[in-house]
Amino acid sequence: MKVKVLSRNPDDYVRETKLDIQRVPRNYDPALHPFEVSREYTRALNATKLDRVFAKPFVASLDGHRDGVNCMAKHTNSLSTLLSGSCDGEVKVWNLTKHECVRTLQAHEGFVRGMIVRFCGTSFFTVGDDKTIKQWKMETPGYGEEEEPLNTILGKTVFTGLDHHQKDAVFATCGQQVDIWDEQRSSPIRSFTWGVDSFSSVRFNPVETELLASCASDRSIVLYDMRESAPLKKVIMTMRSNSLCWNPMEAYYFTSSNEDYNLYTYDMRYLNKPIIVHMDHVSAVLDVDYSPTGKEFVSASFDKTVRIFPKDVGHSREVYHTKRMQHVICVKWSADNKYILSGSDEMNIRLWKANAAEKLGVLAPRERQASNYNQKLKEKFHYHPQIRRIAHHRHLPKSIYHQSKELRVMKEARRRKERNVRKHSKPGSVPVVSEKEKHVVTVVK
Amino acid sequence: MAKVSSKKKLSKTKAKKSSEVAGDSAVKKTEVVYDEEEEEDKEDFNENVTSEEEEEDGEDERRRQKLLEAISALGGKRKKTLGERSEAAVQLSEFSVNAEGEGDKINLSDLIGSMDKTPQVSAKTRKQLKTLQQSNRTVESPLSKQETERIQRDVAFQKAASEQLVFPLNQEAPGPKPMERVVTGWKARTPLEEEIFALLSANKQPIHDPILTPQEEVSMKAMSLEEAKIRRAELQKARALQSYYEAKTRRERKIKSKKYHRVQNKAKRKDFVKQFEEMVKSDPAAALEELHKMELARMQERMSLKHQNSGKWAKSKAIMAKYDEGARKAMQQQLEVNKDLTQKLVTAVNDEEEEEEEEDEGGDPEVLPDFVNDAEQGVDSSNPWMRGKLSEDPAEKETSEIEEVKETEEEALLREFDSRRKRRQALIPVISLDDDEEEESKTAAEEEEESKTAVEEKEESKEEEESKVAAVEEEEEEEEEEGLEETLMRIRTLEDTEELLMQEESAADEAPVPPPAAENPPPASQPAGTNKKRKRGIELKQVLTKATKVIQVPLAHTVEDAEDSDDNQEQRGLIREAFAGDDVVSDFLKEKRKQEAAGKPQVVDLTLPGWGEWGGTGLKLSRRKRKKFRMKAAPPPPRKDVSLPGVIISEKRNRSITLHQVNTLPFPFETHTQFESTIRTPLGRTWNTERTVKKISKPKVVTRMGAIIEPMAREELMKDRNQTMNILSQAEQREEQKLKCERINKNKCKQKE
Repeated sequence: MKVKVLSRNPDDYVRETKLDIQRVPRNYDPALHPFEVSREYTRALNATKLDRVFAKPFVASLDGHRDGVNCMAKHTNSLSTLLSGSCDGEVKVWNLTKHECVRTLQAHEGFVRGMIVRFCGTSFFTVGDDKTIKQWKMETPGYGEEEEPLNTILGKTVFTGLDHHQKDAVFATCGQQVDIWDEQRSSPIRSFTWGVDSFSSVRFNPVETELLASCASDRSIVLYDMRESAPLKKVIMTMRSNSLCWNPMEAYYFTSSNEDYNLYTYDMRYLNKPIIVHMDHVSAVLDVDYSPTGKEFVSASFDKTVRIFPKDVGHSREVYHTKRMQHVICVKWSADNKYILSGSDEMNIRLWKANAAEKLGVLAPRERQASNYNQKLKEKFHYHPQIRRIAHHRHLPKSIYHQSKELRVMKEARRRKERNVRKHSKPGSVPVVSEKEKHVVTVVK
Repeated sequence: MAKVSSKKKLSKTKAKKSSEVAGDSAVKKTEVVYDEEEEEDKEDFNENVTSEEEEEDGEDERRRQKLLEAISALGGKRKKTLGERSEAAVQLSEFSVNAEGEGDKINLSDLIGSMDKTPQVSAKTRKQLKTLQQSNRTVESPLSKQETERIQRDVAFQKAASEQLVFPLNQEAPGPKPMERVVTGWKARTPLEEEIFALLSANKQPIHDPILTPQEEVSMKAMSLEEAKIRRAELQKARALQSYYEAKTRRERKIKSKKYHRVQNKAKRKDFVKQFEEMVKSDPAAALEELHKMELARMQERMSLKHQNSGKWAKSKAIMAKYDEGARKAMQQQLEVNKDLTQKLVTAVNDEEEEEEEEDEGGDPEVLPDFVNDAEQGVDSSNPWMRGKLSEDPAEKETSEIEEVKETEEEALLREFDSRRKRRQALIPVISLDDDEEEESKTAAEEEEESKTAVEEKEESKEEEESKVAAVEEEEEEEEEEGLEETLMRIRTLEDTEELLMQEESAADEAPVPPPAAENPPPASQPAGTNKKRKRGIELKQVLTKATKVIQVPLAHTVEDAEDSDDNQEQRGLIREAFAGDDVVSDFLKEKRKQEAAGKPQVVDLTLPGWGEWGGTGLKLSRRKRKKFRMKAAPPPPRKDVSLPGVIISEKRNRSITLHQVNTLPFPFETHTQFESTIRTPLGRTWNTERTVKKISKPKVVTRMGAIIEPMAREELMKDRNQTMNILSQAEQREEQKLKCERINKNKCKQKE
C-alpha cells in the first residue's frame, strides 16, 4: 500500500543562518487586495490626524536674560551651543542639550545689536550701542581670570548689525554705512554708502562669499561686492526691510523681511520683481533665517508668532506661538535642520522643532519606513478636502486670528475697488499690477 | 584637417589669453582691496633711479614698436591687433615661429609650400596635402551662446529637480578609510604615545606612509584595459562606418543623371511612406513627431517663394514658354513640386474633426474662413503662437466633442458638401475678376475689413485685459487656497479632528450646492482615451460578445446521479411554489421605471384658473393658456443606466462620499484621468514589493542626525560647472555629427534640384 503524504522542501522555508530574514511568501495579486485606494485613503487620513495630534513643536524655553533678547548667533562647529545678546548688553552662551546657560558676560552698555561666531568657532564678535566692536574668546575664562574681550574696536557711530565672512578673516558691520573690516586692523578696509543714513542689517552671501547685502532705512536693499569700491545695485521697495538672509544652497537667492508684514524672496540678478511674496504675518516681520538645506525659512514677527515658509510658496506651512511669547525679535534655524530658536521681547529664548510632529531621537528602521510611507500617503492625498482640512488646520490666538481676518477683508475690499475702477474706466488706463510688482518701487543701478 | 587643427590652436591661445586677463584683473582687484600700504611701498622704490631708467628704456622700445605698427597699419588693410604675449615659452619658440605680431601669422599654405621642394616627401602625401589645400571646408561654428546657456540651465534644472537630496552635501563615504587618512588627524597625547612617536621619528620610520600614490589611485579608478580596448574598437568601427557613408553620399552626389536622381527620389519617398506607415503602427509618438516635421516643411514651403515660378529662372522660362515646349514643361513641373509640397497631409484620424470645424466656421460666404490662415493645432504644441487659441477651456472642448458625436454621419456628409460649395462660390469671384471692378470691390472689402478688424482688435484687447485680470486674481486666489486654515480651535485629540470635520460638513450644508455634474469626476474605470463610440453609450448586445470561459477545476467530480437531478427538480418546484406571487424581474423593472420617472423634470403648471376667462366650476382651461403657462423643463441628460436593463444607477449626489472627494482638478494636473491615475497607484507594501515600497517612499530631503549642514561650497558650484561643461562638450560633438550628416543630405538635395 502506498501512503501519500504532504512533502515540502526545507530549502524553501528554512533560513540558512539565524541572521537571515524570515522569508514571507506574499501574493501580490491585486484581486486578493481590493479597495487599495480607499484603504490608503483611510491610512492617509489617520496619518494626518495623528500628525496633528502629535504636533507638539515646543521643546524648551531658555530663560535667564534680564532684558529682551535682541540677537542670537549659532555656533559654527557645535550644534549644542547658542549665543544670545540682550537689550541690556549682556551676552549669554547656552548649552542647548542641557537647556542651561553656560556663561554670561556683560559685553556692551546698551543693546547688543549684532553677534556672530567666527568661521573657526574659536571666537565671536559682538557690536553694541556703545559704538564698539568686540571680539571674545569662545572658551570660558578659567577660574580667577577676568572676562575680557580679545579685541575692541571703537567706532565713530553706532553699529546695528554684523556678519562674518565665510572663510576669510573679514567681517562686515552696518550702521551709518556698511564697513568691511579686516580682523587685524582697527579701521575698516572699505566702507560703502549710498545716500542713506542708516542700515539695519548686513549679511554675507555664504556661497559667493564676496557678496553682501544690506537693508537700508530708505526702504532699499543694497547689494555689494567686497572687492569693488562701490555698491552694485539696490532695489527700493514700498516699505522698509528689517533683515535679510541668503539661501545657503542657492547662491543668488535671498529673502528679506519687511515692515509691510510680508517677506520677499529675490533673485539677486533680477531685482525688479521678487520671485515670491510670502504673506501670512499680521505685523512687521523682524527677522528671517534659512534652513541649512535651503528648502525653507523661518520668520519672526512683531505679531508674536514664528512662521515657517517653504522657499517657493507664498504662504506659511507652520505657525508657532505660545501664550507668553511676546514680539519675536530674532530667530535662527539650527545647523542640523531639526530645530528653530526664537528670541523674544519677554527675555526668553524658545527651542522649537522644525517639523512639529516629528519624533525626535533615533528611529528604528521599521519606524522610519512607516513614517516615510505615511509622509508619502499624506502627499498623495493632500488634495482631498478632509485631509487638507485637517492638515492645514492651525490654532491661532484670538487677537491674531481677528487681525488676520480683518486684513483679509481689507485686502478683498481693495481688490474689489480696483476691479470696479478698472471696469468703469477706459480699457488699458488702469493696468493690472500683480502682487509681486506692487511692492517694488525701482531698481537703482 | 590641418586647417582645423590650426584654428583650434588659435582659439586655445585666445582662451589662454582671456584667462590671463581675467587673472590679471583679479589680481588687480585684490590689490585694490589692500592698497594703502602698497602705495607707500612704491614710493619708497621710486627713489631707486637706475631701475627707473631701465624701465624708461623698455617703454621707449615699446612705444617705437607701437608707432611702427601704426604706420604699417596705415598702408595695408586694417587688421585686428593681437594682444601682446608675455609668456617666455612662446617668445622662445623652438621653431622660430614668432607669434608676436599678426603679420607673421603662419598659414598652412606657407608650410606646405616648402614641402614641395623637399624630395623626401612621398607623392602620396603630397597629393593628400594638395586635396586638403583645395577643400574649403570650414569647421562648424560652435553652438550659440544662448543655446549653450540654455543647455546649461537645463542641466542645472535637472539637477535641482533631483529625486533626493542628502545633507550634509560633502559627506565622506561610509566604510573603512585608508590608514594614512585616519592617522593624519591624530596626535600623540599620552606620554606613552609621545614616546613611541619619538622612537619612530628617531628611526626615520615613516609615520604615515601612503599606501597608494595619487597617480596609482587615479589609475585604480580608470577603466580597465579590456574596457578601453572594447571602447576603442567601437569608436573605430563607428568612424569607419561614417566615412563609408560619407564617401557613398559623395559618390552619389556626383552623378549628373537627372533621371537617376528622379528615380532615387521616388524610391526614397516610397520608402519613407512605408516607414511612416509602419511607424504609425509601432511607435505613434514618433510618427506624430514625423508628421509635425512634415507639417513644418509644408509651412516653410508655403511661406517661401520657392517653386512659385517667381524666380529669375522661372521668369526667363516664362518668356520662352510660348515657343518652347520644354520650358513650359519645366515650369509645370516646378508648380507641381510646389503643389506636392504644400499639399495638406490628410490623415484619417483628424479628418472628421477638421471638416466639422470647417462647417462651424465656414458660414460666411464673402470671406474665406479664418482657419485658412490659422496654423495647424498640432504643429508645435510648445509654441503658443502656433496654437491659434492661447488657452482652451477643457470643459468646452469636451462638450463640443460630445455634440459632435451626436451628429449623424449623413448630416456631416451633407454639411461638408454644403460648406465646400459655399467656399467655392466665395473663391470664384475673387479669381475671375480682372478689371477695375475688382479694385473697387477690393477697396470696399478692405474698408469693411479694416473696420471689422478695428472692432475686433478692440474687443480682443478688452478680452485680453479681462483674461489678464482674471489670471492675476486667480493667482491670488490660489495663493489663498494653499495657505493654512487658521482658527481658534485647538486639536489635541483624535476626537477634535472629527469635530473639525463635522464643522466642515455643517458649513458645507449651508453653502449652496454646486451642480453635481462638476462635482462628480468621471468614474475611475473609464480609460484616458475615450472613444467616440463609447460616448454613445454601451450597446447591450455588444457587451457580452465573448463567450464565458469555462474554468476547469481539477477537483474530483461530484457524481451526478439520476436521483440527484430529480431532487433538483423537486427543489426548484418547491421554490417556485414558495415564491409564487413574487415576480422579481417585473418588480425590478417597475422600480427602475419609477426611478426614471422621478428623475424626469416635472411640468410646471402656472395657469391660474379664472384668470382672463370666465370663472366657475367645471370649466376647462383654454388650449392657448395651457400652452402658454405650462412650463416644460429641458429634458435631462440621458441616464447612465439607459442601456443597462438589469441595473439601476442612482444619480443622486451622495453627500457622505462627496465629502471625501476632490471637487476641482488640482493645479498641476490637466485632466481628470491624470489625477486619477496618480491616486490609483497604491504605495503600500500590501500591493508592492519591499524594494518598490522603499523606492517609492524615499523622502525628498535626508539629513543626518547631529550633523552640521554647511552652506554649499563655491568649489561645488565649480564642480557642477565642470560637469556641465563635459556634458556640453559631448552635446556639441553630437551636434557636430548631426550637422555633418544634415549638410551632406542638404548637398544632395541641392544637387537634385
